[in-house]
Amino acid sequence: MNPPPSPLLELHDVHVSFTAGKHARSGSPIARAVDGVDLSVDRGEIVALVGESGCGKTTLARAILGLEQPGRGQIRFDGEALPRSSKGLRAYRRRAQMVFQDPTGALNPRQTIYESVAEGLRIHKIDGDEEELVAGALSRSGLRPPEQFFLRYPHEISGGQRQRVVIAGAMALEPALLVADEPVASLDASVRGEIIRLMLGLVEQTNIAMLVVTHDLGLAWNIADRVAVMYLGRIVEVGPTEQVLDAPKHPYTEALLSVVPETKRMEQQILQGEPPDPTRVPEGCRFHPRCPAFANGEAARLGIAARCESEDPQPISVGPNHAAACHRNTASAAEPPGTAHGT
Amino acid sequence: MSAVEAAGTRGGVGPILSVRDLHVSYETREGPVPAVRGISFDLGPGETLGIAGESGCGKSSMAAAVLRLLPPEAVVSGEVRLDGEDVFAMTPGRLRAVRWTEAAIIFQGAMHALNPVWKVKHQIGEAIELHDPKAAGKTRARVDELLEQVGLPARRAEAYPHQLSGGQRQRVMIAMALACRPRLLIADEPTTALDVMVQAQVLALLAELQTDLGLAMVFITHDLSVLTSCCRELAIMYAGRIVERGPSHQVFVDPRHPYTRALAAAFPTVGDPRFRKAPLGLPGDPPDPRARPDGCPFTPRCPDAQSECSAEEPNLRVAGPGREAACVLVGRTR
Repeated sequence: MNPPPSPLLELHDVHVSFTAGKHARSGSPIARAVDGVDLSVDRGEIVALVGESGCGKTTLARAILGLEQPGRGQIRFDGEALPRSSKGLRAYRRRAQMVFQDPTGALNPRQTIYESVAEGLRIHKIDGDEEELVAGALSRSGLRPPEQFFLRYPHEISGGQRQRVVIAGAMALEPALLVADEPVASLDASVRGEIIRLMLGLVEQTNIAMLVVTHDLGLAWNIADRVAVMYLGRIVEVGPTEQVLDAPKHPYTEALLSVVPETKRMEQQILQGEPPDPTRVPEGCRFHPRCPAFANGEAARLGIAARCESEDPQPISVGPNHAAACHRNTASAAEPPGTAHGT
Repeated sequence: MSAVEAAGTRGGVGPILSVRDLHVSYETREGPVPAVRGISFDLGPGETLGIAGESGCGKSSMAAAVLRLLPPEAVVSGEVRLDGEDVFAMTPGRLRAVRWTEAAIIFQGAMHALNPVWKVKHQIGEAIELHDPKAAGKTRARVDELLEQVGLPARRAEAYPHQLSGGQRQRVMIAMALACRPRLLIADEPTTALDVMVQAQVLALLAELQTDLGLAMVFITHDLSVLTSCCRELAIMYAGRIVERGPSHQVFVDPRHPYTRALAAAFPTVGDPRFRKAPLGLPGDPPDPRARPDGCPFTPRCPDAQSECSAEEPNLRVAGPGREAACVLVGRTR
């Protein structure tokens, strides 16, 4: 019934909104945290979801794991809509695992490494020899010999080893999808490389699909096959990593790239203020109030300024598998997109 | 030590901060564990020094030692002078006065240090009034001035911490640090918990304050790339010592110590094909301070190690104009 090979994870027009406050009355503002997202992640593929804090990337990750219910739109996993029953969700969460930023917080300080990894196996009632499964997971995560780690506590191992334990706990369940939220943000330079190498190796060996949620464009460049840039609940640019990060087609991507400390080739475009409020998504292009191309007159020169203020740009193709939602890319051919900027 | 006796030099041309042969070790049941092993540097008014290294290299112990903020089990030796005055000889009262008014420190995750039930104006106001009782009537005006300095609208003074974003809270912390007009600011991982755009805003703010107020700044982080963008001078620490120092851009793009080279490579350059799907980095772990290897402590991880390296720990030696590195290979052609 299913059309042959569909991506493992597919999102269509996904919306997640919240009413502000626990005891919100009708008429309270609604935060459109995820506001119409299309995205796919395939087996053996690493997709980086990048954006500022508050852009909705964590809410999107939670929706993918079935922790938030989309108000509209659809999430399909392995060709089927996400289950809604708690039993169905439990089975699903075995196949879709999550790794968080802070390994110290993710591990119970009073539990041995063995217990931490075995916990998931017990919850999901995985068949087989528990000790063997734990040992296998630890050793695949580079903690060798695994027996040496069984009885140790989180505080007795290094930060990098802790993150390996967290990854081992997730991988022990042999998931098809791993969602990693800032997996290296709290780690040292040396450990960072190790964990990245571990994640790349896992994808190669197990053909797992990986969604890496991060604000670190360096990490995206290190690890991802494709990059999706999120702004205020929407994916504003998506495409192959080399394209998006080396030849961006959305002014927001350009601004993010320009503030990466080691990128010396661009003039810094420090966007003022915090990411805007998802309870008040601007009219027209949601980025236009902070858009450097709008503010510096480029949009006016291209004759698109009025559209920026009134018309919500849809993603359009700007190259092979590369799409961006910016009116600049549909402006007159007199000044092709991508040449008027980025010097 | 006696020739330039303290008090009179305030506001003079000498360094704001002078550190000489600083050692810090921690008493443990297994005996003392050295964390900082002989660090010296000077910092003049308006100068910026970035200190980089992995966790456990001693950089935070060094920062805390400068203002005597270490726990009681820490044993400190050497000399730290703030504006010529010997910090280790200060009375507790003098020390309290000096923290904030002479030197202020911003810690990692400092935005979590705000009192959740106090409004911003009270948090900043407390810092002002504690150190300058005469300021009482003028506190609010000063709070507004400080908020403006860190780029927050004055109405934010009425906000509670939970009503602010992470970046705004970090700005409040910076405003508090500036409340008593210090001449030295020590920032320990001030942007680590912030995301790229907010980090860029905070770094730009610190750079602006540094120029406008002539602040001297010590900036500590594991992220070498951040330091090169905001510090003129860079010092790289490994196993409790400075192993390389020099003008920051040069140190980053043309490191002279193999450790600096590995550390710099651990930060990917977006757009550089060498870093695609291949994180370069640093194999192995930093040495356990309880069991430091003989000779140069970087030897076990060093790609360029020679047989002589495990014999003796090299001191800093001249490695170009204004540059020093503690490696036997400095000056030899590789």
